[in-house]
Amino acid sequence: MADDVDVIRRGEILSGYSISRSNIIPILQAVQAEYGYLSKESIEAIAAYLHMSVSEVYGVSTFYAQFKFVPVGKKLIRLCRGTACHVRGVSRVLDEASKLLGIKDGETTEDMEYSLETIACFGSCALAPVMVVDQTVHGKVAPDEVKNILDKD
Amino acid sequence: MSKTTTFKQVKDKAEKGYQDWLNSEPIRIIVGAGTCGRAAGADAVIATLMEELERRQIKADITRVGCIGLCYLEPLVDVVKQGKPRVSYGNVTPNSVSKIIDGYIVGDDPQSDMLLGTIGDQTLDGVARLFDSPVLKPQVRIATRNCGFVDPEDINQYIARGGYTGLDNALKMTPEQVIEEVSKSGLRGRGGGGAPTGWKWNMCRQAAGDKKYIICNADEGDPGAFMDRSVLESDPHTVLEGMLIGAYAMGATDGYIYCRAEYPQAITRLQQAIAQMEEYGLVGDNILDSGFNFHLKIKEGAGAFVCGEETALMMSIEGNRGMPRPRPPFPAQSGLWGYPSNINNVETWANVSAIMEKGGDWYGSYGTEKSKGTKTFALAGKVNCTGLIEVPMGTSLHEIVFDIGGGILDGKKFKAVQTGGPSGGFIPADQDYLTADYESLAAAGSIMGSGAMVVMDEETCAVDMARYFLTFTQSESCGKCVPCRVGTREMLGILTRVCAGNGVPEDIDRLSQLCETVKKGSLCGLGGTAPNPVLTSMKNFRNEYDAHINEGKCPSLACASLISFYVDPAKCKACMICARNCPNDAIKGGKKMIHVIDQDKCIKCGVCLEKCPAKFSAIVKLSGETLDVPDEPVAIGEA
Repeated sequence: MADDVDVIRRGEILSGYSISRSNIIPILQAVQAEYGYLSKESIEAIAAYLHMSVSEVYGVSTFYAQFKFVPVGKKLIRLCRGTACHVRGVSRVLDEASKLLGIKDGETTEDMEYSLETIACFGSCALAPVMVVDQTVHGKVAPDEVKNILDKD
Repeated sequence: MSKTTTFKQVKDKAEKGYQDWLNSEPIRIIVGAGTCGRAAGADAVIATLMEELERRQIKADITRVGCIGLCYLEPLVDVVKQGKPRVSYGNVTPNSVSKIIDGYIVGDDPQSDMLLGTIGDQTLDGVARLFDSPVLKPQVRIATRNCGFVDPEDINQYIARGGYTGLDNALKMTPEQVIEEVSKSGLRGRGGGGAPTGWKWNMCRQAAGDKKYIICNADEGDPGAFMDRSVLESDPHTVLEGMLIGAYAMGATDGYIYCRAEYPQAITRLQQAIAQMEEYGLVGDNILDSGFNFHLKIKEGAGAFVCGEETALMMSIEGNRGMPRPRPPFPAQSGLWGYPSNINNVETWANVSAIMEKGGDWYGSYGTEKSKGTKTFALAGKVNCTGLIEVPMGTSLHEIVFDIGGGILDGKKFKAVQTGGPSGGFIPADQDYLTADYESLAAAGSIMGSGAMVVMDEETCAVDMARYFLTFTQSESCGKCVPCRVGTREMLGILTRVCAGNGVPEDIDRLSQLCETVKKGSLCGLGGTAPNPVLTSMKNFRNEYDAHINEGKCPSLACASLISFYVDPAKCKACMICARNCPNDAIKGGKKMIHVIDQDKCIKCGVCLEKCPAKFSAIVKLSGETLDVPDEPVAIGEA
């Protein structure tokens, strides 16, 4: 049953785009925005829609850091690893978040509540170190504030 | 409004809309709400402001503007009362909102510990002008001229401040004359390459093709850089107007803005701006009744640094893995889908609109002989006044770090400034007389880059920073060419080993050789510049490499594997604060018992050093030496 719903929802997303290779990245982004990640079924559906091979779609999608191929937690905790954040000690903030959540960079908690990842740079360097919970940006985060931020959000 | 609209009609409509907005409320409150401002808490400040104004029945307009560049003072709240100048407050919190309302909105006293100064020509007695402050005085704002001044969601404000005049001027000239004007300005590519913009445009103009594309590179992937984000969030129209001018000059009918997905607010602002341009007849067919057609699309990047390289970016737009290809052919000859294409970055386009409004000679009057105009920098790292700055080319690094940047954080010693991100290099403190322009930075082994400028203090380790940048370039290497794919991995391996204290003397020569190979042999700029942080750190901080390799010592006390923390038995007062805060329970001790750090359990986080009360200062951080301490806690006085 759930599969049928997925097929219909996916079909609705795909039909919003013309069948052109240049739409592959926007389509991958739209599908990931809906499901949180790109499942094997999604990749196959996209390949069929764009008349591309499944391996080609994997080839494009795995090139870009944004795309995920395993489910992510309900809350996405992202830490910036930009130069300014590095200089101002983001690694200790990452250690703290990692310790509190019990997961490493790139992992998801077993209960699927939290995912932890680092990204290249958020471009909020003046407020380094930066931690982003879903879409909320927290600046000048000290390691001992991580717990508060996780509890509040 | 019909599509056949003249610029005068557009201008009149915008002026009227702007005046209506100015007169809509007696009090206007302007809040900096770019990504930086919001990260600093601008949303909560706005919510409290609205609540308080509602509760007190005060009528006021609240406008969210972008970033004026004073990130270290965020959130910023400005108040304009009729007939009075704009008064600016910094570091405003929800709790301090009432103070501003009582003092200056209800009352007439602008004074407050949050007061920064007035903005504009008008003055208030006893209040300094904000733009006379040391941070702002040396700055010349061209690309960022409207940032923090216009509501980025209101095209009327942009037009009322002179926006789209440059386009109107361009449309009255021939395309060749427009290129001539841009050439005259001396403008060079602000993405870092520094190619003369007029020359690049001319090449695309001359190329044969029944269709041409222009592209705005907004894939600002340099860690430590946020100039483009700030301009797009604060003043999207200045970039879009520049693109229209370029399209007209080169004969392009279609354009793309390739913006990284990590900048959601910038993407939203661009979408809103394009919708408003359509409404005003500024994009689409027959723009301003001139017969010029131009269509614009936004493409979201998906997180690949290499896509900042122009051929890789075009591959990505076409729906491929974003891998660069050899040049020639240059994009101007064969670019997107094989058509002649031109790519300029956000800041270049933002300058173009100003140049066509005020003239090439005006722009060329700023800067040095070979580097004309101004440059924005994202000033960050260990400096007091972090933010987005724009200075004339040729401003000295010393002036940027100490006058504009307010010096080094916590009074520490200035060590180096790193420009150009992972493609750039370190410029040591004793060369801070060098100036920020293409030639001078290249001569120092660094690059201008897109404008990342990260300041480092004595506690930043040069080897660790080189390792940090190589971690980045290695993971972002697309893997197409061997020198970059294998070379960056090898270099990172050596640097990681050196930082961990496992380096050998031959590593220096090996690194130098790898740097040469990767620099010369790589296909694109990513690999070609990846060795710069290593080369410049080896050149300027060779003693640090030697100390890591030969003495197992990190002179900056930064590399975790090479440092140790100790409790000085002579100073410890057995207060238990360090032990309670230690995240790994590595500190043993008790009442009246001197504390001891278990070196096997210590994770070198430094929490003990921070938490130990300043009056005791009993925690010592050492590298390459040890402190004589007891193995187990002993009673005070017995150690």
